[in-house]
Amino acid sequence: MDPFLKSILSTSFLFSVLRVATPIIFPALGVAISALSGSVNIALEGIMLVSAFTGVVVSAYTQNLWISLFSAILAGVFIALLLGYFSLKLKADIILAAIALNLFSSSITVFLLYIIAHDKGVSSSLKSLVFPSVKFAFLEKIPILSGIFNNQNILVYIAFLSVFVYYLIVFHTPLGLKIRAVGQNPEAASSVGVDVVKIKLYALILSGVFGALGGVYLSMGYVSWFGRDMTAGRGFIAIAASSIGGNLPLGTFFGSFLFGVVYALTNFLAPLNIPSEIIQVIPYIVTIIVLTFYSARVSKEKEVGEE
Amino acid sequence: MDAQISVRDIVKVYPNGVVANKKVSLDIQEKTIHAIVGENGAGKTTLTKILFGLELPQEGEIFVKGKKVHFRSPIDAIKMGIGMVHQHFMLAENLTVFENLILGIEPTKFKIFLDKKTAKEKILKYIEKYKIDIPLEKKIKELPIGVKQRVEIFKALLRDVDILILDEPTAVLTPQEAEVLFESLRELKNQGETIIFISHKLKEIKAIADVITIMRDGRVISTNSNEELTQHDIARLMVGREVSFERVEEPKEIGKVVLTVKNLTYTNSERIKVLKNINFEVREGEIVGIAGVEGNGQTELVELITGLKTPTEGEIRLFDENISGKSVREIRTRGLVHIPEDRMKNGVAEKAKLKENLISDRYYKPPFSNKGALNYNYIDSEANRLVKDFNIITQSIENPVSSLSGGNIQKVIVTRELSSNPKVIIASQPARGIDVGSEELVHNFIKEARDKKCAVLLVSADLDEILKLSTRVLVIYNGEIVKSFNEVSTLRAEDLGPYMLGVKRGD
Ligand SMILES: Nc1ncnc2c1ncn2[C@@H]1O[C@H](COP(=O)(O)OP(=O)(O)OP(=O)(O)O)[C@@H](O)[C@H]1O
Ligand SMILES: [Mg+2]
Repeated sequence: MDPFLKSILSTSFLFSVLRVATPIIFPALGVAISALSGSVNIALEGIMLVSAFTGVVVSAYTQNLWISLFSAILAGVFIALLLGYFSLKLKADIILAAIALNLFSSSITVFLLYIIAHDKGVSSSLKSLVFPSVKFAFLEKIPILSGIFNNQNILVYIAFLSVFVYYLIVFHTPLGLKIRAVGQNPEAASSVGVDVVKIKLYALILSGVFGALGGVYLSMGYVSWFGRDMTAGRGFIAIAASSIGGNLPLGTFFGSFLFGVVYALTNFLAPLNIPSEIIQVIPYIVTIIVLTFYSARVSKEKEVGEE
Repeated sequence: MDAQISVRDIVKVYPNGVVANKKVSLDIQEKTIHAIVGENGAGKTTLTKILFGLELPQEGEIFVKGKKVHFRSPIDAIKMGIGMVHQHFMLAENLTVFENLILGIEPTKFKIFLDKKTAKEKILKYIEKYKIDIPLEKKIKELPIGVKQRVEIFKALLRDVDILILDEPTAVLTPQEAEVLFESLRELKNQGETIIFISHKLKEIKAIADVITIMRDGRVISTNSNEELTQHDIARLMVGREVSFERVEEPKEIGKVVLTVKNLTYTNSERIKVLKNINFEVREGEIVGIAGVEGNGQTELVELITGLKTPTEGEIRLFDENISGKSVREIRTRGLVHIPEDRMKNGVAEKAKLKENLISDRYYKPPFSNKGALNYNYIDSEANRLVKDFNIITQSIENPVSSLSGGNIQKVIVTRELSSNPKVIIASQPARGIDVGSEELVHNFIKEARDKKCAVLLVSADLDEILKLSTRVLVIYNGEIVKSFNEVSTLRAEDLGPYMLGVKRGD
């Protein structure tokens, strides 16, 4: 068999798909929950960056994973709250506010990185921690599944769990119902006593939490350092992933998984004799193609629906 | 007896300068059904929105149950036990009926999870109590308009309020459905509730109200007990002149067939056959009324004829040409116009200007546009003329349609559709939510069109409207025409009822 095909059909390929899908699943859930509440949240890029940075720095100083996780989540929520303050309270355009926050996050992290680690590129001089991988004894015995699912970073499993938590929140809590109602018809929601601004803010906070987990995974699991702009557009790809999935839990998961496949492919293609620039551009091209098809389908459905 | 709600010198000025309430004062007694009537734009909805915290008044005081209140949002009003059924639906279209019903009053399990079981039990109990039939698991957007209205009313009932405001709740209900609603309202009153009820149907007002307040031009002009006023008194006080409720005279000349519907069948996306082998004709100079309880296929019938949907089987012929499958524009250019049942969804572009809505069917034709550019001089003068001729109450043609009162929005649609010299009119409840004065106006316009050899198909759940205008009446039930009446002048609403409900069918 062709060595390339062979490597793609191996369990290690699927293993790496899950690994690279994780930092898309988290922000995609963040985009999805705010989309349900009617906010287009393109600030996940910034949220992830700030959390990735905070996690690394706090862990280097405290040497405690829990404290660093907690601070990273706080940092992510803080950015989300800023977005809420600008867009909901000051009524600024949410897209512009998010762009500003993304730029701000990108530069503040580099700035602080330079102050703390005396480096404008990576944090390798800091002795930061990583989250451990987990070995499930019961999986050991099952040949293929073990190769794919076992020994992943704990945050990979938390990503799966988050999809379920997202499902519970959206479909089985009053908050989720209110979020969906507010997103569809804010007037109707407010006419039954729902505080529209508050609910939108809660949705943004949740997106901050999901985004923060994604950021932490990037710098404390996927790799073991913080690098400038290390999110590399994942916050935007997350928008594509969640819209493919119609902001639904499983859909968003599969959307992210699809991009995981694309990313993993590019990693597996790297050893081949193809210019790396071309390989690196593949995920973005796929994003464009997928979104084009997706929106064509949506508008067609709309036409049919409103016929 | 203490006033449950007292309103003192309320002044409401909208941001665009319209003074919708000019020192309105009103007392609403406990355990009464208090009707508010008045012309379109009189300020009824504005007043109720203020009572529900949706709009803030500039001046004046409100007392609820003896306490002075300052409502900043509906949350405050709900806390005081006030519930409201709005003139235009307040429903999230993509959520299910169940979800819309429990929104804002969700019971919980372990403090965080939705307790769907408890919620459902409560809903079923209320369904039994009020005998309101609604499909809980369907999404709102799949429901016909009458059912949406039922959901709205039920939503308010479910909230255990003790002051209930209903802003034109019956505009889209059939007489039978309205009767069921009235039974519930009387029952609620006996249980101690206070009800504020707005309607343009004076018969209903007479049937249910204890006290009647008449508003005109932002002011309260009188408050009387029901017994003191006749239907004609109310109409006269409202519009300041006599209004006729008489049946229009018969057409002088009925010409050739214009619209033919032949073996028309339609299966919807859920594979339900909503129209089964429909056949009828409409001739020049006649008005064919289609009577039926909402949701029996009339919505789809209209959508098929107007090109919004494509038939599964059968033909629709307009001037001897098969138009099924043709686009809306193609059908309209052949002289067919459409007054849709859901004015906010299919009738207007809410945020667009009044003048833009008035020309949205003809903007591309000269002299409205010239070589691809809109001719605003002409458009403005046309729009102003139409506003005047059809008595649309607005400050300016530049205002967005959403700032008009409900009835005036309806008038915008009627004006646009009837002012284009149509040959065929497809009208779904054209006088929905229009005051008696303007209703007479709209009916006269339709009658005049008929006398100018226009063919009219009138679909309405309002039997008074059907009986007033129609030359012939067809009754639709469960997707079929079950009966046709060729002699309407002696027909009464009671004769139609059994056919509409499927109890009887003709040959
Ligand atoms: N949001 C708004 N902005 C500006 N003007 C408004 C707004 N809502 C209503 N108006 C104006 O206030 C006046 C009163 O409107 P309102 O809706 O209270 O009338 P109404 O009595 O309920 O009429 P209808 O019977 O047609 O529903 C109208 O002239 C209307 O154009
Ligand atoms: Mg109104």
